[in-house]
Amino acid sequence: MADQSKETLEGIPSPEGAAHVIDTEYEIGQDNLEGNVGPFGFDIHNPVFLISGLAIVAFVFYTLALPDQAGALFSWLFGAVTKGFDWFFLGAANIFVIFCLLLIVTPLGNVRLGGSAAVPDYSYVGWFAMLFAAGMGIGLMFYGVAEPMSHFSSSMGGTAAEGGARTDWAPLGAAAGDQAAAMRLGMAATIFHWGLHPWAIYAVVALALALFSYNKGLPLTIRSAFYPIFGDAVWGWVGHVIDTLAVFATLFGLATSLGFGATQANAGLNELFGIPVGPTTEVILISVITAIALVSVLRGLDGGVKVLSEINMGLAFLLLIFVLLVGPTVFLLTLFADSLVAYFQYLPALSNPVGREDVNFSQGWTSFYWAWWISWSPFVGMFIARVSRSRTVREFLVCVLLIPSLVCVLWMSVFGGTALYQVVNDGYTVAQDAALELKLFKMLDVLPLAGITSLVGIVLVIVFFVTSSDSGSLVIDTITAGGKVDAPVPQRAFWCIFEGAVAIVLLLSAGGLQSLQSMVISTGLPFTVVLLLMCWAIYKGLMSERRAM
Amino acid sequence: MFQKIVVPIDLAHAERLERTLRIGADLARHYKSELCFLGITTTTPGAIARRPEEFAEKLESFARDQAARHGVATSSHALVDHDPSVQMDRTLLAATETLGADLVVMATHLPNVTDYIWSGHGAHLAAHSSASVMLVRG
Repeated sequence: MADQSKETLEGIPSPEGAAHVIDTEYEIGQDNLEGNVGPFGFDIHNPVFLISGLAIVAFVFYTLALPDQAGALFSWLFGAVTKGFDWFFLGAANIFVIFCLLLIVTPLGNVRLGGSAAVPDYSYVGWFAMLFAAGMGIGLMFYGVAEPMSHFSSSMGGTAAEGGARTDWAPLGAAAGDQAAAMRLGMAATIFHWGLHPWAIYAVVALALALFSYNKGLPLTIRSAFYPIFGDAVWGWVGHVIDTLAVFATLFGLATSLGFGATQANAGLNELFGIPVGPTTEVILISVITAIALVSVLRGLDGGVKVLSEINMGLAFLLLIFVLLVGPTVFLLTLFADSLVAYFQYLPALSNPVGREDVNFSQGWTSFYWAWWISWSPFVGMFIARVSRSRTVREFLVCVLLIPSLVCVLWMSVFGGTALYQVVNDGYTVAQDAALELKLFKMLDVLPLAGITSLVGIVLVIVFFVTSSDSGSLVIDTITAGGKVDAPVPQRAFWCIFEGAVAIVLLLSAGGLQSLQSMVISTGLPFTVVLLLMCWAIYKGLMSERRAM
Repeated sequence: MFQKIVVPIDLAHAERLERTLRIGADLARHYKSELCFLGITTTTPGAIARRPEEFAEKLESFARDQAARHGVATSSHALVDHDPSVQMDRTLLAATETLGADLVVMATHLPNVTDYIWSGHGAHLAAHSSASVMLVRG
């Protein structure tokens, strides 16, 4: 009697075509605890939610109760991990880039995420906006001017040594006194940190999650990618550890970015309106922005993050075009091309993981960056996976790896290049001498409409902050709900508030931003091992898809 | 009086919906209407199905089972929502309009303090849908 008509499947992107679904007894949500706390419903994975939630609460209390001891510990951790494991971070990141490039050129790139006949959920514009806003947002605003300028200045200063070890912060062999060479080296080093390597890190996690969820039918959580390695044991303690690590990495990675965002927004507001710089303003900023993020959370993926990401990408694009046009246009376009060439020229030396003489640069900059990107990877990777259904592996990797890298090169060339031009040609060194979080505003100061562009800069930082916080809550909530994406909303709101709270506590702790940074790299280290194993799992997963095609 | 009665259901909790299902079937029999079961899923694997089309098949099988049990004409309509935790209200509203429902029968929870901030799906539907909406408690 039932009407089995075409209407039955309307709305479902069907048919999905061939895919090699993994046959497992595990039922999604079988380990979850469901119920109510007062009027609020919950649906959480046992024990991932409890372990990660309690550990983070304990951590926050420890930092508040013993600030000096915690500050000393963070400082020690930062040094120990960046100095002791720089070779590991650098080597692993190289493996991720090579792995992704190999997938693009081999037949494995033909596999379609979601089955051979799946149709994309989002247009290219919405897709790019979301993956870009989630992937780099605040960082691009913070480091766009600051990083090229820092590397340029340190390169110009040449090398310095004490007791046989380099004490300068210049990349590679520096370029003492040679402005043109220092500029090329500075741009190459910056692009190195924002180009192929970070996006390859994101791509590995995103691809693993998309493949094992859409094609293999496993829950959308990090442990699923390890099914080919651990089999059904992945639903036990091995999986709990992997998912808990992912929650830590995401939360601390996010809190660091929120810390950077608050510092920069505070600096910008001081510059424009004289609002005092300090912990009070930063706490107010984080609280207000977390409240805005909460509204975005309650608007959902399509009505919240997607809309904000598109608005922000539009604003960022306008700011980029404005600086390109009113700045030294020809110089910037030449620099863009020249920086790309310099990037590939210096790439082998910059990515070399062993025997480096430029220890401060390779440990203090590169090693920290790689740990930061890696700690962000479960968050950005899962978010990218959520919105990337129905792309082929090749299309996915080209779009996640190559295009964002190129956009980053353009962004750094325009913002960093304008500041460099001001130093080299106009003798304007205010941006060069300013603190990291102020460099962007000092560069904009000498361009027309400085008040408006600085305000746009602050708005961009704040909205990127909101999108990161919103998509981060979505991701942590999914992991702590055992891969379920329909858990009650208050759960997501809880994580959103919690992220803001962790950022505030760590900013207020003795070490300030360094506390955040040391937590990032400490959680990034074990997650690097997780990512390396993921590459093997992706290979095995794609091979079985090829056989099913 | 009613041509098409739409019953939104959560297949994960179908056993708790007995009262709603029986009322829906009684009304459909009385008015000789089509009883359409509306289910919403995600593109990612969930507790009910690992892929959207598997979900659609299960919903259709559920509709067939209800047809056999209550002796009424049934159909099913499966939809994908990217973020059902938050967007369910909008998706439900759009679906009932698209389906041309003239009556929606759905289960709803007992009101509590959170209803002052977030209304239930049924309350949202009743406030915004052009169809008649019957909310069934318990």
